[in-house]
Amino acid sequence: MDAVTRATITLSVNGEPIAATVPVRQHLVDFLREDLGLTGSHLGCEHGVCGACTVRVDGIAVRGCLMLTVQADGRRIETIEGLSESGAIADLQAEFVARNALQCGFCTSGMLITAAALLERPRAMSRGEIREHLSGNYCRCTGYQAIVDAVASVLAGRIAAGAGDR
Amino acid sequence: MKAPNFAYLRATDLPGALAALDSYGTGARILAGGQSLMPALNFRLDVPEVLIDINGVAALTGIEIQGDVIRIGALTRHAELEASAVIAAEAPLLAAAVRHVAHPAIRNRGTIGGSLSLADPAAELPACMVALEAELVLASSAGSRTIGAAAFFRGLFETDRRPNEILVEVRVKRQTPNRRHGFAELSRRHGDFAVVGIACQADVADAKVAALRLVVFGSESFPRVASHAAAAAQGRVLSRALRDDIVAALLEDLDPSDNLQGGAATKRQWAQILAGRVVAQITAA
Repeated sequence: MDAVTRATITLSVNGEPIAATVPVRQHLVDFLREDLGLTGSHLGCEHGVCGACTVRVDGIAVRGCLMLTVQADGRRIETIEGLSESGAIADLQAEFVARNALQCGFCTSGMLITAAALLERPRAMSRGEIREHLSGNYCRCTGYQAIVDAVASVLAGRIAAGAGDR
Repeated sequence: MKAPNFAYLRATDLPGALAALDSYGTGARILAGGQSLMPALNFRLDVPEVLIDINGVAALTGIEIQGDVIRIGALTRHAELEASAVIAAEAPLLAAAVRHVAHPAIRNRGTIGGSLSLADPAAELPACMVALEAELVLASSAGSRTIGAAAFFRGLFETDRRPNEILVEVRVKRQTPNRRHGFAELSRRHGDFAVVGIACQADVADAKVAALRLVVFGSESFPRVASHAAAAAQGRVLSRALRDDIVAALLEDLDPSDNLQGGAATKRQWAQILAGRVVAQITAA
């Protein structure tokens, strides 16, 4: 196979099939934001530190700024828009609103997607463990108390609802 | 920032990846997990001609037991190490260390082969490999060779890998009843680069230390066994007194760098505190 500087790819974004020709140097979040208009994934640092760009690829949370769009060929991408629409994290989002678990909100979509991984296979966790899991999404405001409260509360709710048996 | 211009080549098998490496030479970079390469590109610290994406090379995946060793494919993600029952049972040091490798989203992509090939001084896995006396298998179009981890790491971001080679697998000896481990790390927040960390493996027979392989990372330029600490421990019974002697001897092994994360004297003190904790873990095991 020859090396290319543009590539034609097909992928699924929030359940929709997409075909596109992209420059190979473009990272995934630029594609989502600039080409598809899905601006819920944010770009803070573009070197994997802030976590604001977190998206799901084949169901797994990744840093969208550290993956090339061309590498998403054949993959299933979910962004905060898709997760919001499907209702998969509606309880978590409601809890964020109820507890005002954000200050400027720049980190929120990444926080939600990162926390969602904990909620898929809910098990009892200490606040320390929740903080450890979210540590890759810390930003600047230091206002994480309410975020940890929200995640702990939804986790407890899902465990009580027997979601762990699914 | 955005990555510079480069060309991209998706390898589908190992011979194809190696042939591409042969034709592009030092202008090529291997794209595995990309969790260090992509930041380097986005910062424009590196401007390669071509990226050879090996994520589709199935031969580089998998964790399996082969006789008395565990074979870990170079494309194994950190999250796979973390979740592996084989690693938990047969290489508990790795299981303890991998939790400290960055954050969940990065562990979902980053690979063991990438971490070892980069040889970042703050990385956990290179230090573990030296402590575990792992063997690394490197392939080129001409064939493959195996090298011990201690010989593989040669300096700051410097390894014995040649430009035409790809690290294809890691071979770690399986756990035995007399093998113990300890791990401790100091970082600004969980998952950040280690300021100082220690990976340690000890062979213990009749409560006596038969071998101590204590490796300091983060503050040192590359991972190597602390030889003075090892000599202090050799043949002695695990005890509080031995712990103090190992911690004292370790000072001779340290050569920490002065940087924004701390002065050399501070890092020596932190390394000694962590060494005390790690030896305590081994003593208590």
